Formats: sequence, structure tokens, C-alpha cells
Amino acid sequence: MISFSVNKRPVKVDVDPSTPLLWVLRENLELTGTKYGCGMAQCGACTVHINGQAVRSCVAPVSRAAGKEITTIEGLSPDLSHPLQRAWLEIDVPQCGYCQSGQIMSAAVLLNEIPNPTDDDIDQALTGNICRCGTYPRIRRAVHRAAEMMAKGGAR
Amino acid sequence: MIAERQAHDRSVVGALPRRDFLKLSVAASGGLLIGLYLPASKAAAAATFAPNAFVRIGTDDSVTVIVNHSEMGQGVFTALLMILAEELDADWTKVRFEPAPVDPVYNHPVFHMQITGGSTSTWSSFDQFRNAGAAARAMLVTAAAQRWNVDAASCRTEKSIVIHSASNRRLSYGQLAESATKITPPQQVALKDPKDFKLIGTPLKRLDTPEKTNGKGIFGIDVKLPGMLTAVVARPPVFGGKLKSFNADKTKAMPGVRKVVEVPSGVAVIADGFWTAKRGRDALQIEWDEGPMADFDSKAQREQYAAMAKQPGLVARKEGDAGSAISSAAKKIEAVYAVPYLSHAMMEPLNCAVDLRADHCEIWTGTQLQTIDRMNAAAIAGLKPEQVQIHTTLLGGGFGRRANPVSDFVSEAVHVAKAAGAPVRVIWTREDDMHGGYYRPMFYHSLVGGVDADGNPLFWSHHLVGQSIVAGTPFEMIIKDGIDPTSVEGADDVPYAIPNLSVEYHPAKIGVPVLWWRSVGHSHNAFVKESFIDELAALGGKDPFELRRKLLTKSPRNLGVLELAAEKAGWGKPLPARRARGIAVHASFESYTAQVAEVSVDSDGKVRVHRVVCAVDCGRYVNPGIIEAQMQGGVIFGLTAAFYNELTFEKGRIQQSNFHDYPMLRINETPEIEVHIVKNNEKSGGIGEPGVPCAAPAVTNAIFAATGKRIHRLPIRMNEAVGGSKEDLK
Repeated sequence: MISFSVNKRPVKVDVDPSTPLLWVLRENLELTGTKYGCGMAQCGACTVHINGQAVRSCVAPVSRAAGKEITTIEGLSPDLSHPLQRAWLEIDVPQCGYCQSGQIMSAAVLLNEIPNPTDDDIDQALTGNICRCGTYPRIRRAVHRAAEMMAKGGAR
Repeated sequence: MIAERQAHDRSVVGALPRRDFLKLSVAASGGLLIGLYLPASKAAAAATFAPNAFVRIGTDDSVTVIVNHSEMGQGVFTALLMILAEELDADWTKVRFEPAPVDPVYNHPVFHMQITGGSTSTWSSFDQFRNAGAAARAMLVTAAAQRWNVDAASCRTEKSIVIHSASNRRLSYGQLAESATKITPPQQVALKDPKDFKLIGTPLKRLDTPEKTNGKGIFGIDVKLPGMLTAVVARPPVFGGKLKSFNADKTKAMPGVRKVVEVPSGVAVIADGFWTAKRGRDALQIEWDEGPMADFDSKAQREQYAAMAKQPGLVARKEGDAGSAISSAAKKIEAVYAVPYLSHAMMEPLNCAVDLRADHCEIWTGTQLQTIDRMNAAAIAGLKPEQVQIHTTLLGGGFGRRANPVSDFVSEAVHVAKAAGAPVRVIWTREDDMHGGYYRPMFYHSLVGGVDADGNPLFWSHHLVGQSIVAGTPFEMIIKDGIDPTSVEGADDVPYAIPNLSVEYHPAKIGVPVLWWRSVGHSHNAFVKESFIDELAALGGKDPFELRRKLLTKSPRNLGVLELAAEKAGWGKPLPARRARGIAVHASFESYTAQVAEVSVDSDGKVRVHRVVCAVDCGRYVNPGIIEAQMQGGVIFGLTAAFYNELTFEKGRIQQSNFHDYPMLRINETPEIEVHIVKNNEKSGGIGEPGVPCAAPAVTNAIFAATGKRIHRLPIRMNEAVGGSKEDLK
């Protein structure tokens, strides 16, 4: 049994401790917002937070989560109220949408660390997240917009 | 009673020539929109007004639009709703979407099967969705008029309300839903004058953004069925290979592995979950008969193509006499271009979930080709097509890979389901997906061109060699005189006024499965055509923009986007050292695009694209916000291939496997991309693919302008541009 918390909810899972956290989230905990894209930390579709840090869950064994706080896209806000989600809606970022959970989770860590990021900061924080549809121009705009919203008191 | 609309007569929709598709009857054609024949939805619930298969109005005022095109990023869950809601005069805040089941009612109005492809979704459904909305509106108005005992013509509609102004009475569509079900559908309805459009032409926000922003959207890979198992399949390492024998002892000893079974495509490991299935698959000991492709090698293939290009080919275009013009040219130039096999590399790897029972089969997957998938699944399951239902999920990217005439990922999953004895989903790993075939074909292009004494192009002779996408598939009827239009599109329709022009195609028969890849033939032919016209401009001492302009005077829409892109990009204005602009213009999918790329090349040969200015003329359009996104995405898709992508074979095996050796353009490499949309009332064209073709040549033409080095082979190899020979094809 491995115990940790997901989106502020305590969970216990009985799985091989080498199983990637991604598949435990998706299959055992039925949180399918976190996506499989490459299985080798190349694309960022599986990005979640472990104790506030962005982690590629496809290569993180579930044992690494033991005793930690995990946040997935489902836990970012219950109602699309996180500034990044509001900005994503305002700028209409997603196309197919598959990579967007990972993009948003990476961007959330960026905004926690750098509340008013430059284009370079955004590029650096999100360079590990591939979008095959090419939503990058709107992602940049939306991260800036979310930063503005947070500065105006939208921060959670 | 089939009314062939004008649209059918447009010759080619990218991959799929329209007129020919009328002959392709893969299913009963009962659902074709004929005038106002709009069959009722079979799923209509009581107390819901379902006047036709495309819309339901609930007593709660909800307007549900049933969308028969798959949502794969291109925005059909918004654009098609806008079209219907426009004529319905629906309250946009009450409009929602629902993916259509498979049914002939939902066949593509032009292709006569359920399909999403060829950049056709919005324009091909335009009239159908307008009629569906207008017919529903007319019935609601009639219902209100009857209740009020007034003339229907004295009523108007606005935001889901029927209004009788004279008596100041109003009823909402929800209030009318029940009585409207009793109204006979009208024989004909008046459509709005486009100048009265309120929704069409505006940048409304996408309705699918919320579910794509909170993790709740369900893609094929997210489907969960009670008791569902997961399978991962070991497939031959070489195309055409077959299973000889296997030992599954280690796999079967793993906790969670349920079954190991042979299927036509290889060996399937069926387990409780993905990770176990994958580890079980990786632990199999398999002996393969590698078959005739065991020694297949990309270098040898290029040599074979080079030899083929020297022979006479099938004539795809002939104007004047390019052969005799060679001797009268003041200057001439020869060039060889080559492009590789490419993977679609959708972010969501292929997958398919199947629940197979004795008398029916349900399938959940992200597919672009429901009708054919259903036929293939039915044949494998031993059922009738009507006994197979396909639930189309969101597609985590399609780009053509999920429109496979042999339904590879669906067919295999049905085979696995037959063995599983439980609901099962097959998940492909990224490596499986990249090695699974159905690539953009490799092409080899050999050209000779020349200019007259004034530097004007005199002749253009082009030989192209590559595999046909449609040969051997149900789509091969589009091949004419041996020429697959998807191979030559963008090459045989060179729009430039060059007096002597010849294009010859050499179909290659190679056992690598190939398929349409976003923009199909245009993906390579635009690169070649737009590079070679640049070469002729340089040969004749002309500015590449001015030469194109001069040669496009009889092609006003090409000229229009060319001039617009050049103007917005500041063509001709000075730039810092080692920075330059390149331009390209290309028509595809009945839309016209031009792009100007601003590029710098540093002393080490490192290329940076700073800015791409894109002009697009897609005729009358529905949602400019979606168009901007599609064009930006198309540019990035094109740049990704131009800079990074290549699949190569050695000993029959693909050398690349995942994003570390088949990289994608990332945000830090993405230029500023400006999109300028031409506003006019021309016939609508496609928008999902036309952003791709110009990206590579705009950049490589800019590299030439910056360095004097011409890129002849994709992906771009700067060492070649800086010092190597263009003939050095590895």
C-alpha cells in the first residue's frame, strides 16, 4: 500500500511501486485529465504537481508520491476559476486539447514562482510541453493574461 | 432524387476528388440532404423537438446540435453549431454540441460516408446545417402562429424566442418544443441573406474549451468501461513481417496479465491495466518472419527513386513544350529535392476500446472515418454493420492518421476483443504509434527550369517519385490514368504563367504503409514548387516576390494573398545583418495562403525563425478566431517537419521511436505568427490544412536570402546549406 494525497484527498493504492504515477492516477484513481503522450518525459502531457513542483508523471514511479501531495488538472480548481483556466477560456487556447492539462500544470508552477513572467520565462517553463496542434502563440498570451489576472487580485 | 449541388463539381478536395466520391457507395445513401429532406433523429426523446437529425430543442430551451464531423482540434464543435444556430436564430448561450453516432444520415454531404478530412467539414456542411436550422425555426414559428392564431409571416424570431410584435406576445423555443413536434416539416425554407448573419463571420469562443481546460474532456484513451481490460500488442519490427513463434511464459507469470493471444497483427497481451500489459508485451520472446522488407533501407530507396526520376513518367501536366524549350533558354538550372517519410505523431497515441457481444459491438475511439471503420469492424466481428456502433470521442489530434481505409487501429482492437472475452481497449505506446506505419510518403523530386534573356521563366520540367496513398484502398478509384491526385496535388497545378511546363509522376511500389498527412501532397509539392520558383527568380535576377506577382496576374486570389502577406511583412524593408525574408504562396483545399518568414542564420548555421506573416483567403468564412488558430497551428506543423522530422529505415526497421529522435517544435522555438484573413464572398475553402504547405518553403527561401544556400532536402540540414552539396543525398 502506498499512501499519498491527490487533490487534497487522501488515497491508498495497492500497486507495484515501480508503476508510473501517471497510470495510477489514470487507471486506479480514474483521474484521466492527466495524459499519456510519450512515456519518457519528452512531451509533458502527463505533468502533475508533487508538493508544488511540476513532475512528469509518466516516468515518476508511484513510490515517489508516497506521503506527498499530488495535484492534477482536476484539482487545480473545481470550477475553472484558476486564473490560468480563466485565461485559457478568454484566449480560447486549446485545439485538440490533449496536451492542455500538462501545459496548464506547468504554467501553474511558473506563475507560483514568477508571478509576472516574461516571454523568455514562459518559453523556459513550458519548453518541456509539446503541443502538436501548435497552440503555443495563444499559450503565451494566456499565461501573460493569467499573470495579469493574478496581479489584479485573482490569485487563489 | 439525389440533388447534385454545385459544390460537387469542384474538382478536388485535397485528397478526395469530390465527383468521384459520388460513385463510392460504401453505405446506403439514404441520409443525403436532398433539398429539405432532413431525416428525423432516431434518438429523439419525448418532449423534445427533434425536427431533423442535426438538432434537438428541449423544453428547457436547450439547443443541442448533433455534429457529424469528428472534433480533432479544428473547432467543428463550434463552427458547425454557429451555422445551424444562425438560421435557427438560437440563443447562443443555450447551444451545446453532441457527437453524432454512425448512421447514413450523418454521411458527409460530398463524400457520402461519415468522414472528417480534406479540410472540408465547415464548407461541406454549410448548406446542410443552415437548412437544418432554418427548417427547425420555421416549424417553431408555425407552432407559435397556430397557438396565437396569427399568420406565421407576422412572427419573427430572436435569441430562441418567437415574437408576435403586433400583439407583443412571445414564446421561447422551449415552450414551443412540444407543439412543434406536431408540425409537418416545411418543403422549403428561406435562408437568411448573408448580410443579416449575426453569428457567422464572428470570432465566437469555442464551446469545447471548458472541457479541454479542466481535464474532463474524454478522449479515446480515457474511456472506461465496466470490467474493461487493457491490451498492448507486439507487432512485427518490419512492415510485411509475420509472427513465426512466441514464448509468453514470463509474461503469463506476471500478476495482472489475463491472456496472451495471437492476433493477425501480432501478439496481444491482455491485462488489468496499461502498465502491466506493456511490461508483459515487452517480456514476450518472439520470433518474426521479417518478410520481403527485411533489408529495406532508406538510402537504397532514394537511389531507386533517383533512377526512376530519370525515366519518362506519367504526364500529370503539360503546357507548351518544355523539352524543346531547354535549348532556347538563356540560363537553366537543375535541382533535386527530397522529403522523408513522416509520422503524424498526434499527441494522443492510437487507441480503441471495444465491447463485443454475441449480437452487437460497441466501439469507442477517436476516428475520422466512422463508416469504413464500422464496415471493417463488422466484417471481423461477424456482424452486420448496423450491429456495430461507434462512439466518437474527442481526438487528441488526427492529421489524417485516424482516417485509415483499412481501419488498422479499430480492426486490431476488434480482433483483440474477440479473444479477450471482456470489454478491452488497445493502447499503442508512442513507439508503437511511430512504428505503426501509414506515414506521409517519402518523395523525390527532380526539376529542370530555365529563363529567357530577360530573366523570365521559360520552362519548368518536374519529375516526382513516390508512393500512391490510395492505391490498393477503397479510395483508389480516384486514380486517373495511373496518377494519384494526392501525389501530384500542388505540383500539377502550378499557377505561374510559364509557357512550357511539364510535370511527370512516377508511382513507386514500396511496402511501407502510407496515408494522408495534414495537407497531403501539398505538404511536399508546395515546398518543391515554391523553392524552385525562387531558384528561377534568382537565376533570372528577379526579386522573388515581384516575379511571383508577375506570373500570377491571371490568378487573382493567389495574387491577393501574396500581396497581402508581403505588405504586412514589410517585404523589401531593410533588416539587420544575417536576417532575411522568404516568401511562398500556395493554393490547397480551395483556399489560398501566402507566408513571409523572417529568419536569421548565425555563423554556426543556427536558424531562428523570428516571425511568420500569413495571409489566407478561404472565401466566405464562419469563425475568424478558429481560422487564426488553424493557420498558426498549420505553420507550426509545417515548421516542425521542416526543421526536425524524418523517419528512416535500416534493415527494414524505422530508426526513430519517440520525441527525442523525432522532435516537435517547442514553444521557445515558435516564431511570432500573424494571420491576416481576406474578407470576400468567394466560395468557402478549407482551413485545417492550408496553413501547412507554405511554412517550409517560406523559411528555406529566407535561408537562401540570408546565406545564398538553397535547402533541397527536408528536414533542413544547415551543415548542407552552409557548405555541403545539394546533390549530397546522404
